[in-house]
Amino acid sequence: MAGDRPSSSGTAASSVEFRSATKRYHGQADAALEDLSLTVDAGEICVLVGPSGCGKTTALRLVNRMIELSEGDILIDGVSIRTRPAAELRRDIGYVIQQIGLFPHLTIGDNIGVVPRLLGWDRARIARRVAEMLDLVSLPADMRDRFPAQLSGGQRQRIGVARALAADPPLMLMDEPFGAIDPINRERLQNQFLRLQAEIRKTILFVTHDIDEAIKMGDRVAVMQKGGVLAQYASPAELLMNPANDFVEDFVGADRALKRLALIRVRDIDLWKAPLAQVGEPTAAVRGRIPEADLPHPLVVDGEGRPVGWMSERDLVQETVPAKPDSAAEPLIEIDYVLRDALSDLLQSDTQYGPVVDERGRLAGVLSVEIISHFLNSPSATEHISDPAARATA
Amino acid sequence: MMVDLPLGFLSDFSEAFDFIFNTREAQTGGVQVGGPAEVLEFTWEHVKVSGAAIGVACAVAIPAGLALGHAGKGELLAISISNIGRAVPSLALIAFFVAYLGVGFTNVTLALVLLAIPPILTNTYVGVRQVDRDVIDAGRGMGLNPQQVVRRIELPLALPSIFGGIRTSAVNVVATATIAPLAGVLTLGDYILSANVYGQDGRLAGAILVALLALCVEAAFAGLQRLSVPRGLALGDHI
Amino acid sequence: MLAQVEIRERSGDSCIARNDFCPGWIVDNFDRYTDPLAEHLFLTVAAVACGFVIAFTLALLARRRRWIVGPIVGVTGVLYTLPSLAVFFLLLPITGRGTTTALIALTAYTLQIIFRNIITGLDNVPPDARDAGRGMGLTDRQLLWRVELPLAVPDIVAGLRIATTTTVGLATLAVFAGAGGLGEQIVTGSNITFKTGVVAAGGLAVLLALVLDVVLLTVQRLMTPWRRAQPA
Repeated sequence: MAGDRPSSSGTAASSVEFRSATKRYHGQADAALEDLSLTVDAGEICVLVGPSGCGKTTALRLVNRMIELSEGDILIDGVSIRTRPAAELRRDIGYVIQQIGLFPHLTIGDNIGVVPRLLGWDRARIARRVAEMLDLVSLPADMRDRFPAQLSGGQRQRIGVARALAADPPLMLMDEPFGAIDPINRERLQNQFLRLQAEIRKTILFVTHDIDEAIKMGDRVAVMQKGGVLAQYASPAELLMNPANDFVEDFVGADRALKRLALIRVRDIDLWKAPLAQVGEPTAAVRGRIPEADLPHPLVVDGEGRPVGWMSERDLVQETVPAKPDSAAEPLIEIDYVLRDALSDLLQSDTQYGPVVDERGRLAGVLSVEIISHFLNSPSATEHISDPAARATA
Repeated sequence: MMVDLPLGFLSDFSEAFDFIFNTREAQTGGVQVGGPAEVLEFTWEHVKVSGAAIGVACAVAIPAGLALGHAGKGELLAISISNIGRAVPSLALIAFFVAYLGVGFTNVTLALVLLAIPPILTNTYVGVRQVDRDVIDAGRGMGLNPQQVVRRIELPLALPSIFGGIRTSAVNVVATATIAPLAGVLTLGDYILSANVYGQDGRLAGAILVALLALCVEAAFAGLQRLSVPRGLALGDHI
Repeated sequence: MLAQVEIRERSGDSCIARNDFCPGWIVDNFDRYTDPLAEHLFLTVAAVACGFVIAFTLALLARRRRWIVGPIVGVTGVLYTLPSLAVFFLLLPITGRGTTTALIALTAYTLQIIFRNIITGLDNVPPDARDAGRGMGLTDRQLLWRVELPLAVPDIVAGLRIATTTTVGLATLAVFAGAGGLGEQIVTGSNITFKTGVVAAGGLAVLLALVLDVVLLTVQRLMTPWRRAQPA
């Protein structure tokens, strides 16, 4: 999605506060939600995560009064949700559910325009807004006249988000919004959504059962246990490094260390320097650079500094650096990748080393599996957690 | 209409009941009409012609429905027959048979058979189609040949639907048998159609009796339908 | 009787005299059928319309109070089981002879199928569309009129179509209630043995049923453009 566009968020984001929010159902011993107290700051993504039966969806649906509180209160911008009629309250809150729930009998344009129409916007304004929303979720403008049945799952999901944003609500509730999508498209949608959020900065309450999604998407994550109890409410990094109890530790998973890789970018760590070679250079010069480098294999780069390939032993014996080195410079790792994806690429290819390039394809260093594991074990690992909005990769 | 004696109709009804239990002289004079013996006679005739029609219709429609349903063919046919069957007025059907074949028990029964076939055929077909494909697959996998699949799997599981169709047909046939007197078969409808003989009381009595008969038939077949559900199969909301 | 014999003699002497089926006669004497046809059409449309209004009201009531559905289906079921002919005469002491009696009976007959189909249609609305609608801030009434009813149209119209075709058939009996209709051309006098007349009257009824069915189907197609869209 392009960087420059007219601001689609005119309203400021809201803060949400749960104050001892409790929900009990008749005849059930355990509460669905037990005494939840937490605050979501304006413009933040708060992810509620936990196993089924932990009350995460209950908590979400209490906010827009799809379910009513048994005890406690929920405040939006300091005002209790009870003070307004439910239907009115909901028009100010974007609501995205797993099955999306597009109205099959309305066109995409009409679907998006439902809440604006409820709010009494005039037709011209609604039409403009629909076009804006389609652009925002990177869908073609002519999609407005199609029907939901004609769209793919991923497209419908994006329309669901567009519909929730149409009236520019200060708060969004999302209940496993990407749950019904296949893993490949899910990652793309997650990335797109994070980029979107970087622009519009809404307050978002996001429910998922997938801890990886929670870590990727959340500014702060609330881990919930069975019985509606909050186990820990903290940033993803804090969660990974200092789980509050055994449950959180188990839930986050034994591969906590690996999970941390999702939080860190290649640009954040120290890369290795390879001996560089230019095409046509005498190999003797190249051989001279090897002892000072971090690895013994020379990397051929072109005039712009872009990697061409690795030189083998055979190449080194030649007079000059060949234009086509024996090994290709793969995998190419972009400097903005999260370590998790970079590691994945490295492991899948046959080579030990991956050249790291910047946005223009110029060499920035070399990455290896060794560097990553070394980094994970070092005490400085925690200092390099990036801004969540920039966690989205291509 | 309702102007003069709002509750006058109550006395009409009581006189109609009287007609059923006591004979009296015909309006046209001479013979005695009414009374339990005559009522039973007409009722029996009504039941006879209806029963015969339903029986023949079942003998024709159920095998046809089973065959079509099993083969999965002829959905359009089944639905079209059902639609056309609904659209043909029963009166026209009876009249058509009277005009072309003349009066008589057989002719009326034939007309009623035509009327009864569509719901039974359609419901049998749909009932078989709705049997879980996995169950049929398992049966075939176990070595059942097609006839056995029909007899042991599709038929029992389709029974509730089939009985639903028979039930609908039965009610329709009983209702249409009311006009059978036009074709010379004296059912309870004669009380209604020949009011000049039986009088207002007779006519109303006929209406009451026909209504009761229809309700009994409906109840009986509803009961049969419930009994026909194979044990272990939960009955859904579709009664 | 005499008049009818005269009318028959007017065209195609021998054909009519033999009491064969004579299409020519139908064409010549079509004006005999225009009034009954109009009456028949009126009876059908009025009965189905009234039945729809009543069934719709009942369905709206039943939406919030599911327990009502059972009793309503039961009562309308009884009305459906009672043969119309019997009902005409059961009503006779109360409402007398005429169109009203016929209409009451015909309307009662349509109630069950229309009611059940409205309920089924509303129940078949995808639950996620309903959830999303509520979550977006649609009030209950807005949800009903803007989401649930439009999506229930196919089921509702299916019920109306069945009710209409059945009512056309039953309205032939309306003659017995003194309400006219095509049945009059079959039953009065010795018409019942008059082959051409019977086929004409019956055929017109079937034709009427088919035409009304197509009209309803067309209305449904017009009201549901989204069902024509090709899936992705």
